[in-house]
Amino acid sequence: MNKKVIEVKDLSFSYNGHPVLEGVNLSVDKGDFLAVLGPNGGGKTTLIKILLGILPLQQGKVHLLGQKPGKAAHKIGYVPQNVTGSEKFPINVLDVVIMGRLGFLGRFKKYSPRDYLMAVQALELVEMSDFQEHMIGNLSGGQRQRVLIARALACDPEILFLDEPTASVDQPFQTRLYQLLHDLNQEGKTIVVISHDLSVLSSHAKSVACVNKNLYFHDSSEISQEMLEKAYHCPVELITHGPIPHRVLKDHH
Amino acid sequence: MLEVLQYEFMRNALLAGLLVSIACGIIGALVVVNRIVFISGGIAHASYGGIGLAFFAGFSPYLGAIGVALCSALIMGVVSRCRKHRADTVIGVIWAVGMSAGIILIDFTPGYNVDLMSYLFGSILMVPSTSLWTMSAMNLLILLLIFLFYKDFLAMSYDEEFALAMGVPVGPLYFLLLCMVAMTVVMTIQIVGLILVIALLTIPSYLAEKYTTSLKTMMAWAVIISIVFTQSGIWLSFYLNLSTGATIVLVAAVFFFISGLIPQRILFRQS
Repeated sequence: MNKKVIEVKDLSFSYNGHPVLEGVNLSVDKGDFLAVLGPNGGGKTTLIKILLGILPLQQGKVHLLGQKPGKAAHKIGYVPQNVTGSEKFPINVLDVVIMGRLGFLGRFKKYSPRDYLMAVQALELVEMSDFQEHMIGNLSGGQRQRVLIARALACDPEILFLDEPTASVDQPFQTRLYQLLHDLNQEGKTIVVISHDLSVLSSHAKSVACVNKNLYFHDSSEISQEMLEKAYHCPVELITHGPIPHRVLKDHH
Repeated sequence: MLEVLQYEFMRNALLAGLLVSIACGIIGALVVVNRIVFISGGIAHASYGGIGLAFFAGFSPYLGAIGVALCSALIMGVVSRCRKHRADTVIGVIWAVGMSAGIILIDFTPGYNVDLMSYLFGSILMVPSTSLWTMSAMNLLILLLIFLFYKDFLAMSYDEEFALAMGVPVGPLYFLLLCMVAMTVVMTIQIVGLILVIALLTIPSYLAEKYTTSLKTMMAWAVIISIVFTQSGIWLSFYLNLSTGATIVLVAAVFFFISGLIPQRILFRQS
């Protein structure tokens, strides 16, 4: 019996009366690699934000590592969708990455040399160590994305949440990122990745959650035609595991 | 030139300018990066309601101003967090209602007519020594709070959602920031008046941001730039016999427009 690191019971959430999530149940084992799929606006990001304590819990029960959302901050890494608007902020790369240590530190404390060491090591993992002193606004979109990944890794998280982490990175880094996530997963970390790009996940994900107001959980990474159509309400690409990952496209009606 | 310093009013004016610059530089930097300039303007104008109330009820106008400024800061804080889609409208309403209430309350106040202008445009040449002590205490409090919560304010300002996920109490910090804005605004009202407060909160920080690489240095430079503006503005207004508050703001404005001609901050580049 595996330890449950994420437990969600009967979760519902609505924005201004519009239901976004309804009756969501989810339980994730320690060491899982969960791919969260679903159409845009289907509630993937909302679900993650509730788990992280960014959005309030309206209905249902959520536990992360046995604690309420936002209470296990020091064991959780989060890579948000690449945000625009903060490019002009006067801050350099290292000062962004070290924010990943905030959950550990709590209030009234200053970052220690160890915190800086962890931040530098996280930058090495994403091959951005040469950019420590660079202003965040001087980086390309892909480089900024790597910095956000380093920020999430800086706290050596037990659960790592990534929201569309490959949206703006180039192909070689995308491959490297999934290798990195694979390695972290091998070390026993739990990985939760949101994506609407099904193909990249097929070879790494151990389980899949399709989110479109409801959540359909599948604890193998074999994605059935039926469950995808349930989530997307239309025929979609179908991916299966073989010696080589390959996909079968069904005709559009 | 220095014989002017024999006069207490001049010494007090220069000192008040210095003290206000410290608060304006530090809090102004946070106002600019958190994009709460409009809320700050709202707090400044609504605080006039407190000045009116103080005259009507017969207590210290600055006590009234700080009370109403803090209240409106809290209301605007709640509105801007919970009713995001129409927050600017509600803030605009509080802005206008506060001012109007102040004017009506002064109308109701029997006896002499209060000099409205000194609160609208400042009265730096009439700053009493006791105000200097109050300003110093407020500065110390602001410096202490920023020192204690610097990394949390930085995280909130840069990426509020990530800060929340990391367990930073973003809500309480945001209200704390608004309260510090209220304190700064009331201090600054004495120097440049409530209508011109926004200039002193934003222009030094805007200039500092263009040429610095961290929030800390942005705050420091905003303080220095603000000191330059207030001190040169006070001297200029004295020798040219102009309104002090407006002169300070115009000095700042000159630098603001000149800076538009100077290239963006010198960023670190790949070697």
